[in-house]
Amino acid sequence: MDIHEYQAKELLKRFGVNVPRGGIAYSPEQAVYRSHELSGGKCVVKAQIHSGARGKAGGVRICSSDDEIADAAAWMLGRKLVTHQTGPAGKLVSRLYIEEATDIAQEIYLAFVMDRTEERVVVVASAQGGMEIEDISTDEPDSIIRSVVDPAVGMQAFQAREIAFQLGLDPALIAQATKTITGCYRLMEDMDASMVEVNPLVVTGAGEIVALDAKVSFDDNALFRRPEISEFRDKSQEDPRETYAEDRGLSYIGLEGEIGCIVNGAGLAMATLDMIKMAGGEPANFLDVGGGASPERVLMSFKAVLNDPNVEAILVNIFAGINRCDWIAEGVVRAVRELNLTMPLVVRLSGTNVEEGRALINESGLDIITADTLAEAADKVVGAWKTGRNQNGGAV
Amino acid sequence: MAILIDKNSRVLVTGLTGRIGSFHAEEMRAYGTNVVGGVTPGKGGTTHNGLPVFNTVKGAVAETGADLAICFVPPPFAADAIMEAADGGIRTCVCIADGIPTQDMIRVKRYMRRYKSERRMRLIGPNCAGIITPGQGFAGLMPPHIYLPGRIGIVGRSGTLGYEAASQMKARGIGVSSSIGIGGDPINGSSFRDILELFENDPDTDAVVMVGEIGGPQEAEAAEYIRDHMTKPVAAYIAGLSAPKGRRMGHAGAIVSAFGESAQEKVEILKDCGVAIVPNPSAIGETVENMVA
Repeated sequence: MDIHEYQAKELLKRFGVNVPRGGIAYSPEQAVYRSHELSGGKCVVKAQIHSGARGKAGGVRICSSDDEIADAAAWMLGRKLVTHQTGPAGKLVSRLYIEEATDIAQEIYLAFVMDRTEERVVVVASAQGGMEIEDISTDEPDSIIRSVVDPAVGMQAFQAREIAFQLGLDPALIAQATKTITGCYRLMEDMDASMVEVNPLVVTGAGEIVALDAKVSFDDNALFRRPEISEFRDKSQEDPRETYAEDRGLSYIGLEGEIGCIVNGAGLAMATLDMIKMAGGEPANFLDVGGGASPERVLMSFKAVLNDPNVEAILVNIFAGINRCDWIAEGVVRAVRELNLTMPLVVRLSGTNVEEGRALINESGLDIITADTLAEAADKVVGAWKTGRNQNGGAV
Repeated sequence: MAILIDKNSRVLVTGLTGRIGSFHAEEMRAYGTNVVGGVTPGKGGTTHNGLPVFNTVKGAVAETGADLAICFVPPPFAADAIMEAADGGIRTCVCIADGIPTQDMIRVKRYMRRYKSERRMRLIGPNCAGIITPGQGFAGLMPPHIYLPGRIGIVGRSGTLGYEAASQMKARGIGVSSSIGIGGDPINGSSFRDILELFENDPDTDAVVMVGEIGGPQEAEAAEYIRDHMTKPVAAYIAGLSAPKGRRMGHAGAIVSAFGESAQEKVEILKDCGVAIVPNPSAIGETVENMVA
């Protein structure tokens, strides 16, 4: 789960990391008022969306007068900002963070990630702050400092000191840097974050170390024990198709194509999308119904898939282990009847109780296309989708 | 014996008296698996479907000689159950739970290192469908009848995609020595490389099918191992060719977040290391048939 910059800073502050003074605003008037609450001097208006690279999209503006603040706020609010992380649809700006401007003397990159090779938390730092890590690793690979944290004891002060010295910080700043680095680590560990990225971490002209921007993500699997983090969730930043499915316990990812997919198991679901693509179609979504899917769950999956107005055909692919094909078939038949489904539907069943499942589909008298193998199912759904498009006068 | 489980394995079910543990324990026994008991704290001394129940893993191991544990404990408590098995003298532990916090898994792996390698438990999973040696026994969720006994090893992240592989092979009369699910989590007990090493040293396995997916370094690590150390042929399918970057595709570990983690890049690395690439998920059986022909 992702959170906003201002929420990340609130958390960092709790763990002893310095952040610039700032406040949230939902309107140009509030934005101006906030700036007066701060120093009254120069300030930065920052669009709060779940994405990095907001600056390039116009989502960060330095302002020196009330008019400039009001203009910047009016331009950002209600706008969808598109960055390389948001996808083409962009993300809606519905809140702003107004922050006092910082006098930057030095910029540092600092991040804490779950490293899958080390199987531990790894600290990544570079004196080339402000750039994105992908660019740092391409352009300045030698500047990257890495340090592995032993989970048995957590991050030690000496590790933070080593990083600070390797960054070339002034000796007078080492104690402050150590407090900042260990503070970020404690946030990572205590709050079950999956990533903490402070970019840039800056040294100000006055010799203070401050987190100027911050991005924190959390491990969805640990949210059960972090209700205070769940409160940070902002559904306006999510794909509404995904919110609908997630709230019903389905694993769903919205994609750009026209063929809706209902599959059991994440690996088989990915393979099904691959197969549709190879057959000449484009998948509309990834959906894993999970193990032991009841007819109700199958019906719910159909609703989730049909929430996407681009869907023009549906493929159901089930290899039943803990699932039972007859339950799935019952759910499919109910969904077609209750939702008055008219678009092409291909169903491929395999595994436990497959004969009973196929019989239920065949005896239903409904216009459901069946398939025995994955390749056949993909070919049939793409074929039926193209035929349907031709009949409706659509271009294929 | 094929690998990790055979008819002599003495299987302990942790979380035996729960709905899910109870159901799968009966399936495992119906297939002939040698299930010797279960663990549910507080229910020690009772029996469940005729099996003795123990309060602790240590107690169960002392009484039954169990060497393999399958853990049906729910995700919030699964890390604790794995560490108990590691401390209790279990040799191999299969963990099914999908949804264990990553930090819990980091601690589990750190904890397991405290034992010398000769007595260190091997963990399979979490978030996996389990392990099977067809005709001998299984510890997991799989429908065992789709596996024909034979001489090809299967190792994969996904449960249902592994079933797909086994059934495509069965349709062509190709049997399986053992099939191992390593699970879809970013931090797991055994890697592709670990399992390939077991298959390489197993006299009952002639070749291996590997079913990988996007995300993480383990397929690339396996490719190097295959190139440098394996004499047996390997075929591989990598799921997620159409997965967008930065999106988590169902499995907690199925996300492209670094160089070399996309399906295309993994396929290239495997190909360079001499692995037979399965071009699409419907061609697993065919590719294996050609490889061993």
